[in-house]
Amino acid sequence: MNRGIAITGMGIISAIGNNVDENFRALTNSDKGISRTDNIDTIHKDEIMFGEIKKSNDDLASELGLAADHNFTRTALLGAFAARQAVANAGISNMSEYKTGLINSTSVGGMDTTEKHYYEYFENPDTIKFISAHDGGDTSQKIAEIIGLEGFVTTISTACSSAANAIMLGARMIKAGKLDRVIVGGTDGLAKFTINGFKTLMILTDTYNTPFDNDRKGLNLGEAAAFLVLESDKIVEKEGKKVLARITGYANANDAFHQTASSENGEGAFLAMQKAFKVANLDPTQIDYINMHGTATPNNDLSEGRAVARVYEGKDVPDFSSTKAFTGHTLAAAAAIEAVYSVLAIQNGVVYPNLNFTTKMAEFDLVPQTELKHKNIDHVLSNSFGFGGNCSTVIFSKN
Amino acid sequence: MEALKQELKEKIIAVLNLEDVQPSDISNTDALFGDGLGLDSIDALELIVLLDKDYGIKLTDPKEGKNIFQSIDTMAAYVEANRTK
Amino acid sequence: MEDTLYIKSYASIENGKISVDGKTVFESSVANVSDFLKESVRHFGIQYPKFFKMDNLSKLAFLGSELVLKDNPNPETALLFANSSSSLDTDVTYQESIADKGNYFPSPAVFVYTLPNICLGEISIRHQLKTENSFFIFGAFNPDFFIGYAENLIETGKAANVLCGWTELFKDDYKAFVYLVSSEGKKAHTKQNIESLYTN
Repeated sequence: MNRGIAITGMGIISAIGNNVDENFRALTNSDKGISRTDNIDTIHKDEIMFGEIKKSNDDLASELGLAADHNFTRTALLGAFAARQAVANAGISNMSEYKTGLINSTSVGGMDTTEKHYYEYFENPDTIKFISAHDGGDTSQKIAEIIGLEGFVTTISTACSSAANAIMLGARMIKAGKLDRVIVGGTDGLAKFTINGFKTLMILTDTYNTPFDNDRKGLNLGEAAAFLVLESDKIVEKEGKKVLARITGYANANDAFHQTASSENGEGAFLAMQKAFKVANLDPTQIDYINMHGTATPNNDLSEGRAVARVYEGKDVPDFSSTKAFTGHTLAAAAAIEAVYSVLAIQNGVVYPNLNFTTKMAEFDLVPQTELKHKNIDHVLSNSFGFGGNCSTVIFSKN
Repeated sequence: MEALKQELKEKIIAVLNLEDVQPSDISNTDALFGDGLGLDSIDALELIVLLDKDYGIKLTDPKEGKNIFQSIDTMAAYVEANRTK
Repeated sequence: MEDTLYIKSYASIENGKISVDGKTVFESSVANVSDFLKESVRHFGIQYPKFFKMDNLSKLAFLGSELVLKDNPNPETALLFANSSSSLDTDVTYQESIADKGNYFPSPAVFVYTLPNICLGEISIRHQLKTENSFFIFGAFNPDFFIGYAENLIETGKAANVLCGWTELFKDDYKAFVYLVSSEGKKAHTKQNIESLYTN
């Protein structure tokens, strides 16, 4: 196994909690965060459910101490909220002490605000400030501002695997010595734009999502943000930092099959997992828990399940579950919140239940873990797949 | 019915951006998906929008599309029987 | 291991002009970007019906990649792309389709292109590249970042070649600069060379 890159801090906000502890408590108590929407005025509000964070934009802005005339979008508010926690958790007091970067990821950026004000821009001068906040890169700059970071800032957008690629790039930049410390993660607020888009793709369920169930009907969209602080071993040693876990493997591969659908045999997912094992120098059988992408769409779970079955052909498949039944699919943030969950699984020795599962899928013999399970966990594999065929895998290991 | 079939062919070509395909290239019994016109799942969803927009037919389950969009014949028969505009 | 890397081939698409390895290969006075890209793909005799279904950003990235990869096929080619407007051009088209309650017919075929990395999927499908691929958003073309990332991919054995692309498009303004980084070639993979090819 390679030594990997140290994770020294985490922050999160999702439909199941406003910080790391609340998220962990919900995961271990089987409290899902799927509900009707309170914050979004969509014509679909009575048909579908969401992993919605109940804090309003005003709540978030006041907790962040923003001035009344701020132009933070919901995506930026959530991102800043989670990133600030991560920085505090890592005990960083002086952001400029080391070469520090921010790698953020988002798929919608400021769309939530743009769609509210799009037709007012010419008539209502108060809304003009939001035009510049539309851009995904603006979201990252705002997060950097809140945490007082002036170094390298970039934004990744590879759809629903975005945060996995942010984590991967961060780990690589530390490994290559380009940065000493990097804050990596993703954020996406719910927007009508995405709700309508997923609706036209007919992959939204009208009830609670049921990952890996034979009768699954589709996903619940969610919103979230999460960030990890990665630090070089030099800093860890010098400052005697507590290492929460390490990133030992990562890879991405393109499925090269379809703009949005995954291939029948999950080729991209299979390749991503294989390459990640190689980077980590681990055998697949050393994985103790797989946090699946598991969106509960008919296509994803079949393709991902087949890929996992191929990786473990002739061997026992490790305990696996999807946490999407708790949080909904939080798009660009998904791999970031699931990174936090993976680290917590290692720290606390737990496999989270795959909620809402009743019937095994007809196509293969894979049954997710449905009850909370306590056991020692050394290595967690987390999958995230995005439209555009981008398949990403990250492996987390005990320090 | 023949007029409807011709209309569907023209609409399919326009909506799905089938560049270089003429209505006369599509026979009434040709498979629209798979080997036939080579349409894919996004095209199927786009045809579901077409049924809604132009004929007032709302499908809620994408699987229903499979039978309806087998060929121009099956599609025309379905539109004829279910159209509300 | 610090083997020298090269820019093996490059292509630019801008202001109605397409050039490959510095030579102009096609020019057109068509101002509409969609028509221009269609005309170009016909000019080069590229037979690929799916091209016509793509959004303009994907068409632009597809065409740029096509011109570089046709003589340099290698399944171990990673994709590293970026721009500054993400998928804004298609986002606007899609937003218009959901803005009017009276004429509310959002198009799935438009929605799928409201992500910038879909163009990487299109290139991957066309050339069957199952390699690493990532799409970044920067304020402006950032050669330092491209150099570091591409070298890392090749040095760590993640890819044999890296196809880098700056593909910026909004309405009728567009610029594509696509180049292939490889261990073979004549032009050294340096910031100075990349910048001079980008601006020409």
